[in-house]
Amino acid sequence: MCGIAGLHFRDPALAPRLGELLGGMLRQAAGRGNDSAGVGLYADPATVPPGQSTICLLGGDVGDASDVGDASAGSAANGSANSVASLVAAADPTLEQVTAGRFGQSLVLTARAPEAALEAAALAALPGAVVISRGQSLTVLKGTGEPEALAADWRLADRGGWQGVAHTRMATESAVTPGGSHPFSVGSDQCLVHNGSFSNHESIRKTLVKKGIRFDSLNDTEVGARFVADRLADGATMRQALTDLTRVFDGFYTLLVSSATAFAVVRDAIACKPAIVAETPQLVAVASEYRYLTGLPGIETARIFEPDPEVVYVWERSPSTSQLASTSASAR
Amino acid sequence: MGTLSVDQSTRVDLRQRTVTDLNQALHQAPAGSQWEVLHPDGQHAIAAGLAAPITVKIEGHVGYFAAGMNEEASVEISGNAGVGVAENMMSGRVHVHGSASQSAGATAHGGLLVIDGDAAARCGISMKGVNIVVGGGVGHMSAFMAQAGALVICGDAGDGLGDSIYEARLYVRGKVGQLGADCVAKEMRPEHLAELSGLLAQAGLDHDPAEFRRYGSARQLYNFHVENAFAY
Repeated sequence: MCGIAGLHFRDPALAPRLGELLGGMLRQAAGRGNDSAGVGLYADPATVPPGQSTICLLGGDVGDASDVGDASAGSAANGSANSVASLVAAADPTLEQVTAGRFGQSLVLTARAPEAALEAAALAALPGAVVISRGQSLTVLKGTGEPEALAADWRLADRGGWQGVAHTRMATESAVTPGGSHPFSVGSDQCLVHNGSFSNHESIRKTLVKKGIRFDSLNDTEVGARFVADRLADGATMRQALTDLTRVFDGFYTLLVSSATAFAVVRDAIACKPAIVAETPQLVAVASEYRYLTGLPGIETARIFEPDPEVVYVWERSPSTSQLASTSASAR
Repeated sequence: MGTLSVDQSTRVDLRQRTVTDLNQALHQAPAGSQWEVLHPDGQHAIAAGLAAPITVKIEGHVGYFAAGMNEEASVEISGNAGVGVAENMMSGRVHVHGSASQSAGATAHGGLLVIDGDAAARCGISMKGVNIVVGGGVGHMSAFMAQAGALVICGDAGDGLGDSIYEARLYVRGKVGQLGADCVAKEMRPEHLAELSGLLAQAGLDHDPAEFRRYGSARQLYNFHVENAFAY
């Protein structure tokens, strides 16, 4: 059992409230799993400076870095984070404006540099670290522990953005480790959370490995995320990628999948894993249970429905405009 | 939280009291008492396990298993209901004015469940005598292994309707996806039209019973065939 929550704002005025509203949903979702939790946030101003790349990591020998530091400043309070930023900057002198921030078990690095260069420098500087997201707009914060305590580590209430997903985990398919927690983000600005369990993930994993795709964990959900990322990399739309997933994957799932342009939900043919969608002119919200939605603005008059089995629902946002009002809904 | 005092008419705000407080009070409520529940906020098991002829009006959306195991009570929900509303109901009446999630009325033995909106998957699964009237449509695998009672669907039914059905009666006004195994269209005889008319009236709906088709068991699946005796 796991809990899923997601928010996609149509009204840009809501952006400063993303962390607060998603945090309220996460607190309710803890009832469906409290061994680990995670969030994916799109365009949080504090962790994704405009025009820069952001990567998030777990593990690696990074000491007890705290708060946000950068490679050039030398504040004593940010000493550890500063030292991480310095290490990463030293690994690739072409990187500009490297910063590091510690949010519980997750480390957030930003730089004015291509994301691949930042990722390579981080992995060189921080042996053993696992990259849990990379992109121009996505921040993934996750770890093991009580969701409410994790949200405090992430200072979630202070985070903003135009879209976010959250997950609370009760592990079934792999160990309770930070790396087994959701979201799984394996492609640039892509994020996937899952309630359920895939039953044929090992054979799909082998197929993907043969294509040269590498895995970070033994988790079944990572196979789903790698599959979707592979399809998107081949040029598929989100709708096509998730339709393909329904044809290939067996098992139980409600998936909430997001990218820099899309917010999508799909359930397996049996659809016994719960999902509920609320739409208002201001937002689209997805949750495992209605009670996660009660704190959202306008929920009393929202259109509320349960996604049909094996129907891919996609809400898209045009990448060419920065105005959130361009968000359009489409299902089926 | 102290014990709720029980008057003939009591209003309970679930932002002030817990669901446990409410349910304990409802379980001790005198016959004929009337209750109003405010701000249910999708919490689970609201008004579950009632066993007396009382009236409970819930203003808002409820979570899982609302009015579960209901006996004699009349429970009205102004909003949507989560998974398993009125599951295993024995008697009484549960009326959802919004839509219901999956497994509405599952295994219920008696009483009447009315859902004004749509019901999701597995509505009336393994129903054992309850009557269910759905104003909209139902999702897939509804009335799976349904044993007794009637399921009235004023909209469409999803795939697998009545799979492995026993003797429950299904009335559908709209389209049916793919019928489940051993579920077939059947003749609408006068007693069926009479039953359907009565149920529609009880649900406050004025559809013409002639617009419905009846479905039920082909009795090929659950009956023992003597030619299979050698298999045992």
